[in-house]
Amino acid sequence: MEIGGEYLEILGSSILMTDYLEYSNALFREGLLDGQFIQLQMLRDDSNPDFVVEVVTLFFEDSQRILNELSKTLDEQNVDFKKIDANVHQLKGSSSSIGAQRVRNACIAFRSFCDAQDVESYGFCFFVLFPDQMCLRCLQQVKQEYLLVKNKLEALLRLEQQIVAAGGVVPTLNDVS
Amino acid sequence: MGEKRQGCQMMAVRGNEAEGTERRHSALLTYCSNRGVLGISILLMLFLSKNIYDHMDDEQQKRRKEVLVGMCDQRARMLQDQFSVSVNHVHALAILVSTFHFYKNPSAIDQETFAEYTARTAFERPLLSGVAYAQRILNSEREEFERQHGWIIRTMDEEEPSPIRDEYAPVIFSQETVSYIESLDMMSGEEDRENILRARATGKAVLTSPFRLLNSHHLGVVLTFPVYNSKLPPNPTVQERIEATAGYLGGAFDVESLVENLLGQLSGNQGIAVIVYDVTNSSDRLIMYGHQSLESDMSLKHVSRLNFGDPFRRHEMICGYLQEAPTSWIALTTSFFVFVIGILVAYMIYSAAIHIVKVEDDFRKMQDLKSQAEAADIAKSQFLATVSHEIRTPMNGILGMLQLLLDTELSSAQKDYAQTAEACGEVLITLINEVLDRAKIEARRLELEAVPFDVRSILDDVLSLFSEKSRQKGVELAVFVSDEVPEVVVGDPGRFRQVITNLVGNSVKFTEQGHIFVQVLLAAQAKSVMDAKTEICMNGESECKVQSCIRQCNTLSGRQAADDRSSWVTDKHLDDESGDASSTVMNGDASTTVMNGDASHGVTLMVSVEDTGIGIPEQAQKRVFTPFMQADSSTSRNYGGTGIGLSISKCLVELMGGQMDFKSRPQIGSTFFFAVKFQSCENNLIVNLKKSLSDDLPNSFKGIKAVIVDGKPVRAAVTKYHLKRIGIQAQTVGSIAKAVAVFGKYGSLISRDEKPPDVLLVEKDLWIPGEEYDMMQLSSWRKNGHLYKLPKMVLLATNITVAECEKAKVAGFEDTVIMKPLRASMVAACLQQVLGIGKKRQHGKELLNRSIGKSGLLSGKKFLVVDDNVVNRRVAAGALKKFGAEVHCASSGQEALKLLQIPHEFSACFMDIQMPEMDGFQATTLIREMERRANAHVNRECTTEGEARKGEWHIPILAMTADVIHATLEKCLKIGMDGYVSKPFQEKSLYEAVAKFFEPKETINSS
Repeated sequence: MEIGGEYLEILGSSILMTDYLEYSNALFREGLLDGQFIQLQMLRDDSNPDFVVEVVTLFFEDSQRILNELSKTLDEQNVDFKKIDANVHQLKGSSSSIGAQRVRNACIAFRSFCDAQDVESYGFCFFVLFPDQMCLRCLQQVKQEYLLVKNKLEALLRLEQQIVAAGGVVPTLNDVS
Repeated sequence: MGEKRQGCQMMAVRGNEAEGTERRHSALLTYCSNRGVLGISILLMLFLSKNIYDHMDDEQQKRRKEVLVGMCDQRARMLQDQFSVSVNHVHALAILVSTFHFYKNPSAIDQETFAEYTARTAFERPLLSGVAYAQRILNSEREEFERQHGWIIRTMDEEEPSPIRDEYAPVIFSQETVSYIESLDMMSGEEDRENILRARATGKAVLTSPFRLLNSHHLGVVLTFPVYNSKLPPNPTVQERIEATAGYLGGAFDVESLVENLLGQLSGNQGIAVIVYDVTNSSDRLIMYGHQSLESDMSLKHVSRLNFGDPFRRHEMICGYLQEAPTSWIALTTSFFVFVIGILVAYMIYSAAIHIVKVEDDFRKMQDLKSQAEAADIAKSQFLATVSHEIRTPMNGILGMLQLLLDTELSSAQKDYAQTAEACGEVLITLINEVLDRAKIEARRLELEAVPFDVRSILDDVLSLFSEKSRQKGVELAVFVSDEVPEVVVGDPGRFRQVITNLVGNSVKFTEQGHIFVQVLLAAQAKSVMDAKTEICMNGESECKVQSCIRQCNTLSGRQAADDRSSWVTDKHLDDESGDASSTVMNGDASTTVMNGDASHGVTLMVSVEDTGIGIPEQAQKRVFTPFMQADSSTSRNYGGTGIGLSISKCLVELMGGQMDFKSRPQIGSTFFFAVKFQSCENNLIVNLKKSLSDDLPNSFKGIKAVIVDGKPVRAAVTKYHLKRIGIQAQTVGSIAKAVAVFGKYGSLISRDEKPPDVLLVEKDLWIPGEEYDMMQLSSWRKNGHLYKLPKMVLLATNITVAECEKAKVAGFEDTVIMKPLRASMVAACLQQVLGIGKKRQHGKELLNRSIGKSGLLSGKKFLVVDDNVVNRRVAAGALKKFGAEVHCASSGQEALKLLQIPHEFSACFMDIQMPEMDGFQATTLIREMERRANAHVNRECTTEGEARKGEWHIPILAMTADVIHATLEKCLKIGMDGYVSKPFQEKSLYEAVAKFFEPKETINSS
């Protein structure tokens, strides 16, 4: 039985690994993640096995903070677009660092409106009519993307932990993009 | 362009000066151009000419008057003279009568004698119609007298016997002409009586007032002379005289005929009217001669006094012109002409002034319009620039949103719409960019960057843009960069790429078959080739013709091109069989500096883009560079596009200090060429920059040999150029048979030193015609398992069908087919695959990296990561830690400054650029400042010690930026940073960036 159990365990971990690979490949296919995430994974080694988890957790915390701040800023009477721009810039930086591609793209779109607000002599843009609404919409988009990638990443990390718990080695991902 | 602008300003200044002087003139001119002034000047002229006329007329009148006076006086004098002559004669006659009639007794004179004598002496008295002698008879003596003479005394009026009076004066002697007055009593006539009384009282000749003469209609006067019978005492009294009077001699002056005679004697009397008056009684003037009615022009007259010797009577003569003074034609015409000339001159001045004023006004108007137009032009450009910029921002938003939309779950129709919208948006943004460029150039707001870049990789990029399209069309697209062109130059890569992209894009658009060939040469090189060409042409025309005939076929695809120069250049390179790419590059650098002696750092590149497209019709060639112009309107229908690209390209090239031109022959093709000036890169920088700029071409092909089988030298040269870039030595043969021969040589010659070629690259069109035999030989050779490692076979093709592909595989090209256009990176990838070396080597490199990381290239080194973003910080730290480094983090510029207070132990610093409060640039500037102070301090301390240990505080600072704009990178370097890493981090690039600072030798070897 013990031998069989061990076998099963090994088998289980290999199944888990296949799952993991498929799952992560799906993430890349959907464009949720990009090559930067692989870079991140490559940075993980024996001396620092929890690197990815650490960084991703940091990303979640930071992003949550930024999103909260953004919501708060947009709720205010006089919207401070510079502040929004700075925050979105932050979010863009972190998301591109971990390779959350779609969050980053949403941030870029968001920022282009902020840029528009930034220009003092801005007399042309029609977005200027409803900047708050546009920003809110952008924020919704960013939030949506963020939640999506958060769920997926959490699932992925759970899988990783399971593999590690099962005694397997987390496989290195190939850049499929 | 700056000069031109300066010139314009100079002109403007000069124009202002001119305006100033003109203003001064224009007051006078405006005055002159006034219509009222013209009128006044005409009046003035009229007045002047009138004056002239009057003056001349006066002169004439004066002259007339003088003439008149002269004539009048002359006449008066003559009349007087003649009169006095007659009077004298009558006097003499009186004396004669007294002598012979009275002193002789008996009288010596009787009627007969008297009549005869007077008749014979009548010529002496032309003025007197006749003379008669009347004797004084007292009443007492009458009877005796009457008896003595036999007649009775009669009165003058009725010729009847006279009544009794105191005394009588009957005529006793008379001239025959007046014989009818014989026996008439002179005393009976009033006039005569008075005359007689006066005459005997004075003893002088006296005259009557004029009266109508008897028997004649003429006016006349009667002259009476007293005849005394005895000698008078001297100074006799009146009484004595009366008593002594014996008779009277009288004569009638026919004044009228007298004057007429007189006037008849004088010439020029026609125009003169003469009137003689008796003015004894001044209140009642009596006419002696002339008619009152004749006084036609008495406006001008002259009065001359006449003295006929009778002191009692006064006479005067009045002369006047018969006719009015004739109109003075000379005066009239003179004044008229003066008037006309005056008017003409005035009018000329007036019209000239009007013209000048008008021209001046027009000029000013034009100037205003010109400045308005210029201002409008600038405003337009600025508006375009601003608006384009403003459109771009929201357009980016739209495109971003569309991208996001496309990523969401959409139905196929929705997706189609969104994709269409996105495609349209991209087209729009391209157009906006072009317009913006154009507007920026016009508004002179375009600034060129100056960053180092790799010419070859840019050309590869451009090629990759069009590779798909050219492949679809079956057009051969190729790039050739001369070995002598330096790898890295300093300039604006974006604009350079834009120009080439535009030209190649045009060529691709208009070319349906044949080739598009981009060639980059050094300008000096291109020139020398041109010189060589002309030299040959000068040698002999026939030879030249033959040459050009050969050239026609010697292009990339064998089709004729508009400009045959490109093939020349390549020819020259074909002859040059120098194998080692790097050494050639070095040579090229050297020769560049020699050739561009004037500016030691300048590199002038000559780029030509040759195609075999439809060409440009000759009539359209002039306006190729005009914006929004295409050859004709049908072109834009058939091929699309706005036609703004070429004008932008030309402007850009001119901004880069070059020129653009083209040669085109309809239906044969066009060649656009331009020259641009770049700065050459400092040699020590090249090594550093080459790493970061040139896309990572694998250099793992060193030592590999290749044989190119290509009948067309130009095309072979292109292939060779790409192989050279990745380090493969290539040899060209003209046909497969020759290739076989080459391999045969290696097959037979068992040489250990010479390695047989590893790769055989065959052009598709050389294989297709059917050298099946050779091919079979070659492939069979392979299959037979020859002793030596046989070459891999690669087919080069622009387009290939599936069937051909199959056939190729059968023929032995199972290894691979490389699709054109060739690019170094693509060729490298394919050959890696074929040769199987790439992967291995790369793997090895990775291992190397890892081993280095593990062995701790960076171990013990301390790094500082400055970023305000916590995630970024963590990732960077993680990456660096992997190489064994110790990493500290700082979340702001201030914190970094604190940590980097000297002395510190950090080996390098990674600095984010965009940070709140203090950004990377500021932080770097402050750090460098700090270091400079510390160094100066150390140096000062060390000067006392002999060998100074120089203060070397200089921490490498690497910028971390997501901005890959060259301007930003340039600014990084300028501000004192040592390099940059693009975000998000790539392990490899991060490593390379760091490794450069710590193990530069090893980096070069490993790469």
